[in-house]
Amino acid sequence: MQNFANPGRFLRLAEALIPWFAWATAILIAVGLYLGLVASPADYQQGESVRIMYVHVPSAWMGLFAYTSMAVASGVALVWKHPLADLAAKATAPVGAAFTFLCLFSGSLWGKPMWGTWWVWDARLTSMLILLFLYLGYMALVDAFDDPTRGAKAAAILALVGWVNVPIIKFSVDWWNTLHQPASVSRAGMPTVDKAMLIPLLLMVVGFTTYYVTVLLLRIKSEILASRIRNLRLMQVHGSGE
Amino acid sequence: MSRFALMLHRELRLALRQGSDSLMVVAFFVLAVVLFPFGVGPEPNVLERVAAGVLWVNALLASMLSLDRLYQGDYEDGSLELLVLAPAPLELLVAAKVAAHWLTTGLPLLLAAPLLAILMHMNPEGFLVLELSLLLGTPALSLIGSVGAALVLGARRGGVLLSLLILPLYVPILIFGAGAIDAALHGFPANSHLVILAALLLGALPLGLFASSAALRQATE
Repeated sequence: MQNFANPGRFLRLAEALIPWFAWATAILIAVGLYLGLVASPADYQQGESVRIMYVHVPSAWMGLFAYTSMAVASGVALVWKHPLADLAAKATAPVGAAFTFLCLFSGSLWGKPMWGTWWVWDARLTSMLILLFLYLGYMALVDAFDDPTRGAKAAAILALVGWVNVPIIKFSVDWWNTLHQPASVSRAGMPTVDKAMLIPLLLMVVGFTTYYVTVLLLRIKSEILASRIRNLRLMQVHGSGE
Repeated sequence: MSRFALMLHRELRLALRQGSDSLMVVAFFVLAVVLFPFGVGPEPNVLERVAAGVLWVNALLASMLSLDRLYQGDYEDGSLELLVLAPAPLELLVAAKVAAHWLTTGLPLLLAAPLLAILMHMNPEGFLVLELSLLLGTPALSLIGSVGAALVLGARRGGVLLSLLILPLYVPILIFGAGAIDAALHGFPANSHLVILAALLLGALPLGLFASSAALRQATE
């Protein structure tokens, strides 16, 4: 892993990997969307609106997965001071926040026909909402310092604290929700999913993950290039002064 | 232990000499709770229904508003660097600072809470649990808040940023704190809520001290 601490080597590897991940994303999501939206059967209870699931569930998974990756990258950055781990954690946050928002948004669209309201204080929706706030806090802290390395370190500590808290928050929201369960909402739970629905769902999950990897590589690459430009400009200014 | 006591003594003396800070926290708590009847109406049954939640949310906000005092002054006058370099575990010094913060802000909230509970028409059966839940919950709020206060040292717009960082982390304590009172008011045993609050406090103790110390070290690098 330390081999890729060299930005030049990382850039060459990223250049080689990005097209592969980008094509995998395009194919997986195209096939997944076709199978999910056209070829799979409608649900016998929920009708056509069950198709929202093919976006909702993968984005929920990505919201949690991205937070975990962010925490792991932050831990690596703090312990080994790996220069790219900071960039990876910082680059992950907006992507994870976007997926979490997409999950909440699609959940809200799904809730309207199913539960008759845009928002219920359902345990899962509520914990995703708090996860979104954790992402926003992280992004605000990264940007709050004049010195970017200070921001990255402070945010890394916050990401780890948040990561320890996510299961506690999830547990307490579940508890709170069972105590205050509104009578009108009954979740059917997740019975065994039929194969015709499971395959497109899995394709979408893998497709979303490769999308995340593509965007992550692109964002780290552009961060490295931006810092190179900054250094070149500084050298130019410094040189013209002589 | 003597270092802990020395640090606690210093912090308490500073807080008392500077005077009105802990009074202002209580004043905020009282005023914010008193605003609620104006917002939701003075009907006793409405107030009684929301009393536990209103008291807990406002205690949480009052505790949060006083957090900037925890490290900001020491950071600005440079004594924080000396504390980090001091030949004592930083975690111990942080524990003393958090204890002082709780004694000057959390404890006064405990004293004001029953009075406000009367104003909010809370059933007297809930008073004991209200006090117990605040007794277990507010130290945990101080510990979690200490992490946030240490992280925003030197940041732009520290105050608003602080609330964005730590309010999501306060959610579990709010849930079990207000839940304990609600359980007691509806005639259920509140023990399970209180035990979980105690567990959250015990979990926040090492995590909060450790993370605050890490944040202070990187802030003074």
